[in-house]
Amino acid sequence: MTGFLRHARYVVTENPVTLVAFGLLLFLVVLAFIGPTIAPHDPLATDTARKLEPPTRAHWFGTDQLGRDILSRVVVATRLDLAIALGAVALSFAAGSLLGSCAGYFGGWTDRLVTRVMDTIMAFPLFVLAMGIVAALGNTLANIVYATAVINVPFYARMARAEVNVRRDAGFVHAARLAGNGPARVLAVHVFPNCLPPMMVQVSLNLGWAILNAAALSFIGLGVRPPTPEWGIMVAEGAAFMVSGEWWIALFPGLMLMLAVFCFNLLGDGLRDLIDPRRRT
Amino acid sequence: MRLVGRRLALAIPGLVGVVVVTFLLNRALPGDPAAFFAGPAATKQAIDEIRVKLGLDRSLPEQFLYYVRDLGRGNLGTSLTTGQSVVSDLVQRLPASLELTLAGLALAVGVALPVGVFAATRPGSWIDHVARVVTTTGVSLPVFFTGLLLVYVFYYLLGWAPAPLGRLDAFASAPRTITGFFTIDALLTGQPATAGAAVRQLVLPAVTLGIFAMAPIARMTRAAMLGVLSSDFIRTARAAGLASRTVLFTYAFRNAMLPVVTLLGMIFSFLLGANVLVEKVFAWPGIGSYALEALIASDYAPVQGFVLVMATIYVLLNLAIDVLYGVIDPRVRIEA
Repeated sequence: MTGFLRHARYVVTENPVTLVAFGLLLFLVVLAFIGPTIAPHDPLATDTARKLEPPTRAHWFGTDQLGRDILSRVVVATRLDLAIALGAVALSFAAGSLLGSCAGYFGGWTDRLVTRVMDTIMAFPLFVLAMGIVAALGNTLANIVYATAVINVPFYARMARAEVNVRRDAGFVHAARLAGNGPARVLAVHVFPNCLPPMMVQVSLNLGWAILNAAALSFIGLGVRPPTPEWGIMVAEGAAFMVSGEWWIALFPGLMLMLAVFCFNLLGDGLRDLIDPRRRT
Repeated sequence: MRLVGRRLALAIPGLVGVVVVTFLLNRALPGDPAAFFAGPAATKQAIDEIRVKLGLDRSLPEQFLYYVRDLGRGNLGTSLTTGQSVVSDLVQRLPASLELTLAGLALAVGVALPVGVFAATRPGSWIDHVARVVTTTGVSLPVFFTGLLLVYVFYYLLGWAPAPLGRLDAFASAPRTITGFFTIDALLTGQPATAGAAVRQLVLPAVTLGIFAMAPIARMTRAAMLGVLSSDFIRTARAAGLASRTVLFTYAFRNAMLPVVTLLGMIFSFLLGANVLVEKVFAWPGIGSYALEALIASDYAPVQGFVLVMATIYVLLNLAIDVLYGVIDPRVRIEA
């Protein structure tokens, strides 16, 4: 464990960017938890007398076309955006690792079936597939989570399959089998935990992508409905005002979105350095 | 040629899967299209008649067989909102999307490859670090947000770019259709002014897509170049006294291109998706904005056609990438 800590310290000092990413993550998580209590205004309260005001001392990020305070909306939206991404990634991690590790461990027709289904998903441009799924299942928030989860499953399934496959015939696995463990137990207790580190890197990189994806879906009018504060939909609302010069409506939610994705991408890179120095890019 | 044939055969199961999934997705769409088509004042009987006409009264497997038969005849149904056949709508709008996507990709590759190579030849330098931060930022930028920022800076603040409203401004008329790419058509028919106008409209959306695709290509190029440059055959080539330029471009670059070309498949997947967003931001009359309009009107044939066309394009692109892979790496051809 001390070796790991020393390695972690080395990675962080060697690459201070990772430290910044951890700081950002902390900031986002805190914001998600206490956002609604620290927001200076009610995110839904309209005030048409003060609409389209540029940033002032009363409204740091300005007000939108209905006079709502953009800072409050951006802050409150953090919880929803992170929750969507986390929910989607958790679902696809669970489904992907189950399917992938079964495919890798049992091989045969299980493997062929899983691989075929995953290939079919990957045969679509993923965002287009997500659009199709949300359209098909109905335009709700839950379906955005499901759609984002479905398009992420192949990444986890493929990774889990590959990782389980190389360990399937390792000595410790044979030993576990000889000791009388059933296949499900061997897979769950002995093989799969060893595949977790690379999967965690994937989770971190995926979170950023899931946030982007969910925001993009709500940008095109799927999922989250106004007046719910959410970054994607706020950018969409501000889009029309960009050509007439009211930049603050779209800018701030867009920046927050970017910051969140940036944070998870950097974190993913940092974790990868920590876990597998060979794959450093 | 045999390689191409083999790859084509391999692409068929993918296409079959795509057809099945699009069919299933679109049968699950919410809203009753028969009721939508009949209008709010329609009687129950009129709705039922339309349902029969649209084939919605049959069982799912039956509907699927009809669907496949129609596909074979090149019939994707009729758009309830435009009143035209989906195929003709898509054919009419596809060149706009392709022109945009290809321009974006060309831009991304043109910038990302040199940056990646440059960063790899000087690892750990400040240029390398800047490239790393910039490319990570590029991946993190929501493509619709980049588009809006560009519009604000170059249209509103600087006034260099035209209004983000489609492929040509209101005063110019579209050139005669040859390829469907306005820029090329205008040049072919000898209208340089129109070509210029089309290019001006194209620049911002293409740059938006380009920024988005640039980051992963640059990263992969850098990583691949680093890997290749540290390998034995490069050391041998250097030891043999070859000029560093020859080593870099003839030996290293070609080998480093293999993973980059593989990555292009994934990039295309993202580009085709990002295309929808960029089309919305720039009011670009491509198939993405067409599908969005149809989606909102719960008009399913166009959405189905759109997803199918996108997936087909993607499968074909992957095919092209496989073939390209064989061109770059002769070993792949021998194995095949």
